[in-house]
Amino acid sequence: MSALQKMMGWIDDRFPLTATYKAHLSEYYAPKNFNFWYFFGSLALLVLVLQIVTGIFLTMNYKPDAELAFASVEYIMRDVDWGWLIRYMHSTGASMFFVVVYLHMFRGLMYGSYRKPRELIWIFGVMIYLALMAEAFLGYLLPWGQMSYWGAQVIVNLFAAVPFIGEDLSIWIRGDYVIGDATLNRFFAFHVIALPLVLLGLVVVHLVALHEVGSNNPDGVEIKKHKDPVTHIPLDGIPFHPYYTVKDIVGVIVFLMVFSAILFFAPEMGGYFLEQANFVPADPLKTPLHIAPLWYFTPFYAILRAVPPLFGSQFPGVVAMGMSIVLMFFLPWLDRSKVKSIRYRGTIYKIALALFIVSFVGLGYLGLLPSTPIATLFARVFSVIYFLFFLLMPWYTSIDKTKPEPERVTG
Amino acid sequence: MKRLKNFLFLLAAIPVIALASEAGPPLDKAPVNLADQDSLQRGARMFVNYCLNCHSASAMRYSRLQDIGLTEDQIKDNLMFAAEKPGELMKIGMTKTEAKAWFGATPPDLSVIARSRGADWLYTYLRSFYRDDSRATGWNNTVFDKVGMPHVMGGLQGEQIAHFKTVIDHEGKETHAFDRFELVKPGSVTLAEYDAQVGDLVNYLVWMGEPAQLQRKKLGLIVLAFLAIFFVVAYYLKKEFWKDIH
Repeated sequence: MSALQKMMGWIDDRFPLTATYKAHLSEYYAPKNFNFWYFFGSLALLVLVLQIVTGIFLTMNYKPDAELAFASVEYIMRDVDWGWLIRYMHSTGASMFFVVVYLHMFRGLMYGSYRKPRELIWIFGVMIYLALMAEAFLGYLLPWGQMSYWGAQVIVNLFAAVPFIGEDLSIWIRGDYVIGDATLNRFFAFHVIALPLVLLGLVVVHLVALHEVGSNNPDGVEIKKHKDPVTHIPLDGIPFHPYYTVKDIVGVIVFLMVFSAILFFAPEMGGYFLEQANFVPADPLKTPLHIAPLWYFTPFYAILRAVPPLFGSQFPGVVAMGMSIVLMFFLPWLDRSKVKSIRYRGTIYKIALALFIVSFVGLGYLGLLPSTPIATLFARVFSVIYFLFFLLMPWYTSIDKTKPEPERVTG
Repeated sequence: MKRLKNFLFLLAAIPVIALASEAGPPLDKAPVNLADQDSLQRGARMFVNYCLNCHSASAMRYSRLQDIGLTEDQIKDNLMFAAEKPGELMKIGMTKTEAKAWFGATPPDLSVIARSRGADWLYTYLRSFYRDDSRATGWNNTVFDKVGMPHVMGGLQGEQIAHFKTVIDHEGKETHAFDRFELVKPGSVTLAEYDAQVGDLVNYLVWMGEPAQLQRKKLGLIVLAFLAIFFVVAYYLKKEFWKDIH
């Protein structure tokens, strides 16, 4: 027995290292027919690590103080060794996190990855998405630019729209009557400690649940139905390591090439990743002409604006925006189709999904624009489609003409 | 599918709607070329002479000008009027309260002005001052109406007046629109020379907005080249592992 084996034995007697490694990597059997869309889960994990590591280094030089915050970011950009690189990694990473997560969620919609027995994986996933939105929103205040300030003002004011307690609630959140130093300090605390802890915890349960039931695949059939009679290994399963680790490395490199192209050559991404107005220090006395949230929030912002106020209160819009996310939690039970994957679904679901994607992207686009009567009309149409996709799902998925699923994966 | 097509068509129409709501005079293209060190150095001289009295650049250190090819002695002898050591930040003596009292608004810090305004805006703005006796400073600007800043470089450009014309907009309303400038008192340089000088200044402001940007782009090429090679290796490694999976 080699020294290494001896050491492993010593550890295994005290901690399930080999067992964990086997259960989650070398003997975790994933379907062999993963396609392009299956890169985004591991990429999301990569970006999470990237955000945490770059975030730690940013924290070393950032000052969460209304007087110093803006200047400290410029200090990082100019005087801290490689500060510009770390800051751009973090700002690019924030947007790319959402790119990756949106594609990951779209994969779930296409292949029915939220269906039984993966309901909890989906629910944990939606919770991750919510936590991520909170994390991004809190982090965006920290550079203390005009958009940081007024964006936070707009969002916190949404809470003020809650009947009766709204005004007190928004003051409680801000810690002041306006966004100020107290707000910046608490947002910083939530951004660097509270939300990352929540995110990590949710990612762990997301993965534990996934590895308990096993991964779905583009055919939406269960590989565990056909196991080798002797080894009990799914016939269409291959060990995650080495097969998917070597495959994911290719995906990671392609992703990093896109990431680097943005980071090194267009870190502002035309104002979508870093907004121009955020290079002006926060000024509580000067409201910018046009306040738009960052691109990843705009679909929900468009829904908010699409709903007409009731008795002068924006509350219905706030409720609609909240509902647009809450509905996602119910997806596993709204879908009544006999099949999971889009490959075997009928025309109705395909049209519904296409309309949903067009509406979501359309809302995202409209949320970037100033409100005009025509834009509002479009936003209303798209919002209705968005909600109908969920609300009518039990009906249209049950009448849809599906094709028979294959017994085994088709590759 | 037809419904989908209709929606895609409607979606394609949205940018047209968006463009219709944009306003403001058209901007001239700024001649930005960060590879031109002479231009950046001329721009730096313009900056410390004309801007760095009322405007600060408080994120910028004088010593950083070494990145555009100046030596520490050159910086000390020619560009440092308000600082003792090259490591100091480009700050000014005027306080915010004083500035507010004198100009009506505090002149903004210019460290990242090119990133918030954009090069074209700055280039057009600095060439669009015109005589307007209704303003306290005697100056107005077509790009920034009722601006508090006087035409600091008026001695170079000279004095111009603006001609406006009445146009009917798409809603049928009559509005005043800028037509053209007329130079009524020539400055110390020709207009073409002035444009070039402002071009240098804007070039410098773009560089100062992010002094690391030249290094960033250089490093980016190396990183992408490395990833490209790594990709080939990883691709064949994957292929090798997967050849027995069918």
